Amino acid sequence: MIPILLKILRTGIVTEPAPQPREDWRVRGAQIGDEILRLLGRALVIREVDAGSCNGCELEVNALSNPYYNIEGLGIKLAASPRHADMLLVTGPVSKNMEEALRIAYEAMPHPKLVVALGDCARDGGIFGASYATCGGVSKVLPVDVAVPGCPPPPLAILEGILAAVAKRAP
Amino acid sequence: MAIAGLPLSDRRLAGEVPATVARVTPAQWTEAARLVREAGGRLVALWGADRREAGDAFSVYAAYATPDGLSVLDLHVAHPDESYPDLSGLFACANRMQRAVRDLLGLVPDGATDPRPWLRHGAWRPTDYPLRGDFDPEAYRSNAVEAYPFVRVEGDGVHEIAVGPIHAGVIEPGHFRFSVVGEKVLRLEERLGYTHKGIDRRFGDFTVAEGYRLAGRCSGDSTVAYAWAYAQAAESLLAVVVPPRARWLRALMLEAERIANHLGDLGALGNDAAFAFALAQFSRLREDWLRLSNRVFGHRLMMDRVVPGGVAVDVAEEAREAIAAQAACIEREARDLRDIFDEHSGLQDRFITAGRVTPDLARALGLVGLAGRASGQALDLRVDFPVEPYTRLAVRKAVHPAGDVAARVRVRFDELFESLRLVREILAGLPAGEIRVDLPEPRPGAFGVGWVEGWRGEVFVAVEAGEGGRIRRAHAHDPSWQNWPLVEHAIMGNIVPDFPLINKSFNLSYSGPDC
Repeated sequence: MIPILLKILRTGIVTEPAPQPREDWRVRGAQIGDEILRLLGRALVIREVDAGSCNGCELEVNALSNPYYNIEGLGIKLAASPRHADMLLVTGPVSKNMEEALRIAYEAMPHPKLVVALGDCARDGGIFGASYATCGGVSKVLPVDVAVPGCPPPPLAILEGILAAVAKRAP
Repeated sequence: MAIAGLPLSDRRLAGEVPATVARVTPAQWTEAARLVREAGGRLVALWGADRREAGDAFSVYAAYATPDGLSVLDLHVAHPDESYPDLSGLFACANRMQRAVRDLLGLVPDGATDPRPWLRHGAWRPTDYPLRGDFDPEAYRSNAVEAYPFVRVEGDGVHEIAVGPIHAGVIEPGHFRFSVVGEKVLRLEERLGYTHKGIDRRFGDFTVAEGYRLAGRCSGDSTVAYAWAYAQAAESLLAVVVPPRARWLRALMLEAERIANHLGDLGALGNDAAFAFALAQFSRLREDWLRLSNRVFGHRLMMDRVVPGGVAVDVAEEAREAIAAQAACIEREARDLRDIFDEHSGLQDRFITAGRVTPDLARALGLVGLAGRASGQALDLRVDFPVEPYTRLAVRKAVHPAGDVAARVRVRFDELFESLRLVREILAGLPAGEIRVDLPEPRPGAFGVGWVEGWRGEVFVAVEAGEGGRIRRAHAHDPSWQNWPLVEHAIMGNIVPDFPLINKSFNLSYSGPDC
């Protein structure tokens, strides 16, 4: 126990300040605004769905939980069930084999449903494009609020995109 | 390279990987499999191609690991209604690969006992074959998901638990069907293919020179391994020799990728045994390492840094010092953490004996890579078939016979420290010179292979050039094809709550084998 406590003490708090929301990545804006912040307060529950990604985006979403970004400290929680989620964070070009599962997850969410398409594949199919096996992006399947570019987007960009979807929209 | 005991007119392929390719008859196909199996070799990959556009027939390929290197066999199938000899009786891992070949090309193995689809879930008709030249992607559009007949376990009190494709955490999708009595798992059956992106067909939209970007996105956590294997295949078919400095930088990135993944997994394994401290510590070390990768190579995961002909970025002098300093720091901290792991009785209680794959079972079913080494399978391409710079680095294999979660944790720790040593040695021995050479135009029909020991296991890539520099056919193979069936065995007799821990201890790719 003592080595564990010593390690924790020596490591200290490494968490860094959070970034500002990236307004220029916003896709759907009109109906998202004061209402969301009023409804959600300061906490946000996210259901992440890999809809055929290469796993690169998942690595970077998981990095958000490390002590540097510490998203739980910002009031953001990654949930197991879409029924608890305010936001669907979707990666991958949406493989045909995941399309139905993605729709079911979206249907299961309570209103209002925020959708963030994460990474180049989720934005427009990326390098995989639209094919017999892929839909060519999340917006082909669900209404998308914010699309975050990058392959994969680094953790700060993901956070900026999440905040853009939630934060008050400038008129 | 020829298969001992079987005279074949084989051709040695150019390039880093010791490999031959030979056209075989159906009888030789079966005989080769038997001889390789008897000699203790393994089936590395099995895939097919429609080569009618090149004035040829269909081909089914098998790549075997033999004591001399890779032996690629090319079996011509003149007409799609003709079957080819089944290999799954000799190599269990062939089952899913053959089902994928049937889904994508319509070639059916003769005598195979499992007729169920694998990659095809309903998005295309059972009579359509996406890898055939005459496939029309517009002819049928559907997101239908067809029913899949899982094997039922019957008996008093047996019930099923269906998990996925969307799992509880931030991980890739797949379906697990558990048959359980109480908490105890009697049987697990995996249903994968959810992330199938049509990568094999998509390769045809790229030139041989460009395809590395797609290869590097088959499995994002192994982007360096895939891109290097692809580059080897491209350089093999182009007969291009890469400058020494580029080879050393590729190895630097491959070891950096191994370090990043092992750091992530060690934290996640602690976390799955309710030891959140481990996740906080290891994810911090991983983040430090990824930020360093970003500074040195310009990308946190090093995507698109290995290219055919060399590497895309050089490492500056001051960056070498930064890497060496960071490696020393991680080594020091990880040794503290290993001591804490070893002394933590609650953690060891969860790790030891959980999810055991005995060396006999691992050998029989062909477990490879990290998980294979943790079950006594002393296979590591960096040692068995080293390319420069591994020829000079004397990599120590990390092997352990226990085959449980504890062994897979232990192998990760051993490999982490070995890779940190290799990083320092590579930095010290890094030769000066060019990092990239120009590529010639490929000759249509030219064929090459690549074979790289990624952090998870051996990644294999085969590329055939077409007209105008394009890719006629490329196939990238993930070691998870071989290892997924062993997870079904590892969980038997364990309790359901241990599945996440056992699954994580393998940490197999979904996207890679779903291709």
